[in-house]
Amino acid sequence: MIATLRSATVAIVLTTLALGLLYPLAVTGIGQVVFPGAANGSLVKSGGKTVGSSIIGQSFQKPVLDKAGKPKVDSDGNAVTEPDPKYMQPRPSATGYSADATYFANRGPNSKVAAYAYRDAVAAVLALERPYVPGLRAGDLPVDAVEDSASGVDPHISTANAKLQSYRIASQRGIPRAKVLDLIEANTDGRALGVFGRPGVNVLEFNLALDREAPAR
Amino acid sequence: MGMDLLELAIILGFVVLTTPILGAYMARVFTGERTLLSPVLAPAERLWCRLLRTSPGRGQDWKEYAKATVAFSLLSWLVLYLILRTQTLHPWNPQDFHSAPWDATFNTVSSFVTNTNWQYYGGETTMTYFSQMAGLALQNFVSAAVGIAVAVALIRGLANRSGGNHIGNFWVDLFRGCFYVLLPIAFIAALVLISQGVLQTLGGYLGIDGVGGLSQTLARGPVASQEAIKELGTNGGGFFNVNSSMPFENSNGLTNALEIWLILAIPAALTSTYGRLVGNRRQGWMIFWVMGLLFLASVAIVFFAERHGTPAQQWAGIAGQNMEGKEVRFGTGGSALWAAVTTVTSCGAVNAAMESLTGIGSLSPFGGMSMSEVVFGGVGSGLYGMLVFALLAVFIGGLMVGRTPEFLGKKVEAREMKLATLSILVTPLTALIVAGIALGTDYGAASIFAAGKPQGFSESLYAYMSQANNNGSAFAGYTGFVQPNAGSLGSYGITFADLAGGFVMLFARFLPMLIALALAGSLATKRSIPPSAGTMRTDTPTFGVLLGGTVLLVGALTFVPTLLLGPLAQGLTDQLF
Repeated sequence: MIATLRSATVAIVLTTLALGLLYPLAVTGIGQVVFPGAANGSLVKSGGKTVGSSIIGQSFQKPVLDKAGKPKVDSDGNAVTEPDPKYMQPRPSATGYSADATYFANRGPNSKVAAYAYRDAVAAVLALERPYVPGLRAGDLPVDAVEDSASGVDPHISTANAKLQSYRIASQRGIPRAKVLDLIEANTDGRALGVFGRPGVNVLEFNLALDREAPAR
Repeated sequence: MGMDLLELAIILGFVVLTTPILGAYMARVFTGERTLLSPVLAPAERLWCRLLRTSPGRGQDWKEYAKATVAFSLLSWLVLYLILRTQTLHPWNPQDFHSAPWDATFNTVSSFVTNTNWQYYGGETTMTYFSQMAGLALQNFVSAAVGIAVAVALIRGLANRSGGNHIGNFWVDLFRGCFYVLLPIAFIAALVLISQGVLQTLGGYLGIDGVGGLSQTLARGPVASQEAIKELGTNGGGFFNVNSSMPFENSNGLTNALEIWLILAIPAALTSTYGRLVGNRRQGWMIFWVMGLLFLASVAIVFFAERHGTPAQQWAGIAGQNMEGKEVRFGTGGSALWAAVTTVTSCGAVNAAMESLTGIGSLSPFGGMSMSEVVFGGVGSGLYGMLVFALLAVFIGGLMVGRTPEFLGKKVEAREMKLATLSILVTPLTALIVAGIALGTDYGAASIFAAGKPQGFSESLYAYMSQANNNGSAFAGYTGFVQPNAGSLGSYGITFADLAGGFVMLFARFLPMLIALALAGSLATKRSIPPSAGTMRTDTPTFGVLLGGTVLLVGALTFVPTLLLGPLAQGLTDQLF
């Protein structure tokens, strides 16, 4: 018995050193040297400062102003925001695009909570896009414009969703829609090796390109 | 649709392709033959043996083997508990995390030592980098190696023709599983993952001001090294709370495909290792295809179900597939394949929210767990579980044709059947009894998210099925750890859920494991009878059907009534709850 416990102790010490420390540190060392960009979070810079990670979604909201022109706050003292029409809008997120406290929305398929959330999300998208796409109806909306992602920080939207938003963006930025469609095409991440995954438009990279090509007036 | 099916076919084709290669390699490793890595690892193994005062030549009978397995797991448990409860002393703790309370930690530790990786905690809001690397990821290696070791021991028992009672040496098997099998694959996979965007840094969390002017904090850490072994060892415990749906864990279609392969690779290849070691490759392939066909059925259910919308979605007037809780880069196809893969194996990592699957789609994960995780299953545990089912199938077949049942020339007698039956009943009974207690009393109520609804029933049932099967995926609304603020200050555990789950995991892992070893011991000493004209062959498609049928029937008889109340009730109605 003592001999068995002794062996177990030595085995745990050795595996901890080799697999618990040496292995991750070696992978970190190689990763930092060979793929420093990816290993540190695929950070993107704009105007000399880091503005996000190209594979982590973020929100593009602007503060809502009250009648006096001051930013509105809710009862908790948090700023009230709304989608900024000058930017491509990402998917709805239950976590407010938190990248340091992630969780699933956990909405079930037959959930009333989900149904009401979809109704509100549909209304919000219609309010944003209808001025530019007359006659737009709930049934026309791409699912990903209304339903939450898994991570809460999905960096992509579907091509259909991006094209729907192209009318608004073209009008807001004062550029032809064809130009917006070109930018969508240029910022679409295709299927890996042509087969793996589904194509999606990278919202952050699209919006950065948009700011470069057609700065907001 | 076409592209989704092509993607699926390529990934699964790759699994079929690597099965004999990896299977042959593992057969060589566990019989001590030279391999490509021997020049480096053979000296390391000698050093290991010297420090542990053992040697490959020193065989153990099943009781000694079991004693070593239990001693190692028990000490692992204690060490991990100590690590997780002393987080304030750790190096690499950039967020100054405190430790989770005792009950939540009890659950987490039991979860990782049993290869379950059920997570009541969110990694990026509670765990130091040191805990993640030297605590949790270490258990991802060794708990997987323990599973492989036990499977190999059972194979040795079946293959033994010498009449001796030795089934191998646990310490040597542990080394070989960790260093010859898991480490090299994990190492390469981790580097590939990094190249695609998976994090690997000891740098702290990063606050940024986004393009729209809103701030965001990027949680970071040594993710890729843990991600690789988490999938390869069918562990499933995410660095992040949202697991492999987080782009920092699973950044694109390629990483998704690689991670799916990692999950399936070893459980699938062990069928080939088995065929080689017992000297009947046909039988190895027969088991592979029984697993494979049951798995394909599971994929088909969720793949097609998720292409339809949900009742909630239809109520709001939205057409299209069910993208709730799914990432655009995986779509419904890549999410559905993953959901099936992660639950027929005992992996439990997720790339989409299980709780947001359609009612019918969720039958796939529920079904995978109903079949006691023997369809590929956990590394090692899947194969030894399936071999126990094979004994049951042989017995049923023997009754039908009126012959004493034999498996690989070994008579299956009363003792083996008692052990096999007990082993097969442990997991479902544990799951159902504890889920019953959680649902029938007030104890479980505090954990439920969708209270008073069929969804809440599904959450509870899933929680205990997942923990009993050492799976670890979740209908994640179900909680045992309440954390008002990041940093685990002011957090508290829900004691019933934490303890019940912890004991379920320990019980349903180690009892079947000890039974597998007892079977190995009992079969090892049996004389092998040469096959005759009347012997029922166990490497034919006919036996495959019998084996698959046994697995399905046991699962269905045990779980259909409960599945009617949760997932099926939701899947068959448009009503909202």
